[in-house]
Amino acid sequence: MPQFKGVDFYGLDGLLSDEERMVRDTVREWVDDRVLPVIGQHYREGTFPSELIPELSRLGAFGSNLRGYGCAGLGSVAYGLLMQELERGDSGLRSFVSVQGALAMYAMDAFGTDAQKERWLPPMARGEKLGCFGLTEPDFGSNPAGLATRARKTSQGYVIQGNKMWITSGSLADVAVVWAKIENDPGVEGASPDAIRGFLVEKGVPGFSAQDIHGKLSLRASVTSELLLDHCEVGEDALLPAARGLKAPLRCLNQARYGIAWGAVGAAMACYEEARQYAASRIQFGRPIGSFQLVQKKLAEMLTEITKAQLLVLRLAQLKDQGQARHPQISMAKMNNVETALGVARTARDILGAAGILDECQCFRHLCNLESVKTYEGTHDIHLLILGEEITGIPAFA
Amino acid sequence: MEIFALVKQVPDSVSEIRISSDPRRTEEAGIKFVMNPFDEFAVEEAIRIKERFVDARVTALCCGPERAVESIRMALAMGADRGLHAWDPAFQDQDGIATARVLAAALKGRAVDLILAGKHAIDDVNHTVPSALAEFLGLPQVNGVTRLELAADGKSATARRRIEGGEEIVDVLLPAVITCEKGINDPRYPSLPGLMKAKKKELERLTLAQLGLATSDVGLEGSPTRVTRLSPPPPRSQAKIIARPTLEESVAELVRLLQEEAKVL
Ligand SMILES: Cc1cc2nc3c(=O)[nH]c(=O)nc-3n(C[C@H](O)[C@H](O)[C@H](O)COP(=O)(O)OP(=O)(O)OC[C@H]3O[C@@H](n4cnc5c(N)ncnc54)[C@H](O)[C@@H]3O)c2cc1C
Repeated sequence: MPQFKGVDFYGLDGLLSDEERMVRDTVREWVDDRVLPVIGQHYREGTFPSELIPELSRLGAFGSNLRGYGCAGLGSVAYGLLMQELERGDSGLRSFVSVQGALAMYAMDAFGTDAQKERWLPPMARGEKLGCFGLTEPDFGSNPAGLATRARKTSQGYVIQGNKMWITSGSLADVAVVWAKIENDPGVEGASPDAIRGFLVEKGVPGFSAQDIHGKLSLRASVTSELLLDHCEVGEDALLPAARGLKAPLRCLNQARYGIAWGAVGAAMACYEEARQYAASRIQFGRPIGSFQLVQKKLAEMLTEITKAQLLVLRLAQLKDQGQARHPQISMAKMNNVETALGVARTARDILGAAGILDECQCFRHLCNLESVKTYEGTHDIHLLILGEEITGIPAFA
Repeated sequence: MEIFALVKQVPDSVSEIRISSDPRRTEEAGIKFVMNPFDEFAVEEAIRIKERFVDARVTALCCGPERAVESIRMALAMGADRGLHAWDPAFQDQDGIATARVLAAALKGRAVDLILAGKHAIDDVNHTVPSALAEFLGLPQVNGVTRLELAADGKSATARRRIEGGEEIVDVLLPAVITCEKGINDPRYPSLPGLMKAKKKELERLTLAQLGLATSDVGLEGSPTRVTRLSPPPPRSQAKIIARPTLEESVAELVRLLQEEAKVL
C-alpha cells in the first residue's frame, strides 16, 4: 500500500508542534499498514475489524484526549489529527474510537464518581473493556429531550425500561451509558428533559440485551445495535451522579462532534488523493483525464474545500484548548466538514468513472459512510438550526 | 545493563530526492525525514531486551543535525529511556568514519553492555558506522543479525545471521556491536502516551568541545573519504505495451522483442 503523503496546500504542517506531527505520522503509517489492506473486505462482508482493537489500544487511541487513568492526554490538535487519520481509513473505525473515548469514557470522566472512573477508565483505555452510548431511541432522534426511556428509583437502585436505537458498538460493549428519565425524583417533573440522567448498564445484567441492526448500506465496518432495557435492575452505583438534564449528554456529543469535524477531513483527503492520482493516470482521448478543464475544476474545488475545512478545525482546536470553543462553533465545523467530505467523495467517485463504484477503490465506501456521519451526532439540518438560533436568538426546532 | 541503540534520521523512502545546487549534497526542502527503518529494528530489539532484563536501560544515540532530534524522540516514544544527541556544525559533510569517531567519543567513560544498530542507513547505504564504531571501541561485532538471544546473565549473546545458502549461528561476548537485519523483529508503533512523554525524557546534547574532539577529528578534515559529486539515477525507460489484434500475435511480437531488442532470449 503506497504511503499517504497528506493534503496540505496551505502549509498547515508549519502550525503543528513536533509532537502533533509525530502523532499524526504515527497514526497515518498505522492506517496505511494495518487498516487500508483489510478495510475493503470488512466493508464488503459487513464485519467490524475487531482484530485492530489490541493495536488501537497499544497505540493509546482510546480516550486519548483524557488525562490520567492511562490515557494519552493529547491536546486538541493532536487528538483531531488522530481522528483525521482514523477516518482517512474508514468512518466506521473512527466512529468506534469516538464512541469509546469521546462518548462513553468522556461521560464517565465528566460525570462519574471516582469509583466508577477507577473501575472503567483504565481497562477502557487499554481496550479491554468496550463502551457504547445510548441516547437515540426509535421515536426520538433529533429530539432527545423527549426520550421515553424511564428509570424508577427503588430501595436498591433503579429499574430501567425502554429501547435505544442506532447504537454504535451496542452489542460489542461491556458497558452502555444509557440516558433515561428518572420518573420519581422528588422535585423534578418525570417527563421533562431535566429528569434525564445517565446510567452505566453492564452487559449481562438481567433485562438488558443488544441486537444488531442489519441491512446497512453505510458504516458497514461498524456495529450498530438496538439496546433493549426490559425491567432492567441496576444498583445505586450505576448512576452517573454529576450528569443532570439534557445538557449532560449534549456535552458528550460536543466532544464527539469535534472529533467528527476532523475525521471528515481525513475521509475527504483520502478521496481527493485517490481522484488526483486517477486523473493523472487515466487516459481518454489520448490524454490523461486530468488534462481536461472540467476535471481540473473538480480537483481545484476539492482541494479548496479541503483546505477551508482544515483551517476551520485547526482554529477550533485552538479555541478548545483555551476552553473557548462554544457549541455553535463545533456545530458549524461538524456540519461544514461532513458536507465538504460528502461533496469531495461524490466528485471523486465521478472522476473515477465506473471504477469509482468498486469497493477496491475508497471513494464510494467513504461516500456511503459519510451519509451516516451526516445524520448522526445531530443531522446537518439540526446543526443549521443550532446556528440559526445562535444568529437570531430564536429557536426554530419545533 | 546499558544498551545503546544507534539512530540516524534519513529521508523517508517515498520522498523524491533532488540534488542541490552544491552537487555533493541533496536538497532538504520538502523532504520528510524519518528514523532509518533498520534503526527501528535496533530500537525495538533494545526495548525487548529491556522488557526481559529489569535493570536494563536503553539510550538512543544519534549523531546528526538538529532535526534528527525528532528521530531520538521517536525512539523515546517507542520506549527508550533517554537520548544522547551529538551534533556540532563542525560535523557537516563528514563520512561514516568521522561519525563513528564522534559516537565513540560520546560513549567514552560510559558503561556499555550492548550497542545495537541498523545494518545500514537507507540513504547512503554505506554500512560503515557500526563497524567503525566497534573498531574504535575495540568491541566484537556481528552484522545483519536476524535473531538475537542474550544469555540469562547478560554477559554473552547468540546471534543468527542469514548467509548464502543457510544460516550462521554466532556466539559473542558482550559488550558487542550488533547490527539488525529485517526480520529480527516487528517494530512497534510508538504509542500516543509515549509520544506525549517523550519530550519529558532525558536528552543529553554533546558538542565538539564536550566530546573532547578536535576539528581535525571531524567534518571533512576528519573524513578519510569524501563525496565529490552526486548524480541522479538514469531515467527509467517507459514500459512498452504490446497490443496486437490477437493474443498469438502479441506473444510472437513479445518473443521477437526479447530476442532482438532486449537480447535476453
Ligand atoms: C450508523 C449510525 C450510528 C449511530 N450511533 C449512535 C450512537 O452510538 N448513539 C446514539 O445515541 N445515537 C446514534 N445514532 C443515531 C443518530 O444520532 C440519529 O440517527 C440522529 O440523531 C437523527 O435521528 P433520526 O435518525 O431519528 O432522524 P430524525 O430525527 O427522525 O430526522 C429525520 C430528518 O428530519 C430532519 N428533522 C428532524 N427534526 C427537524 C426539525 N426540527 N427541523 C428540521 N428538520 C428536522 C432531520 O434533519 C432529518 O433530515 C446513530 C445513527 C447512525 C445512522
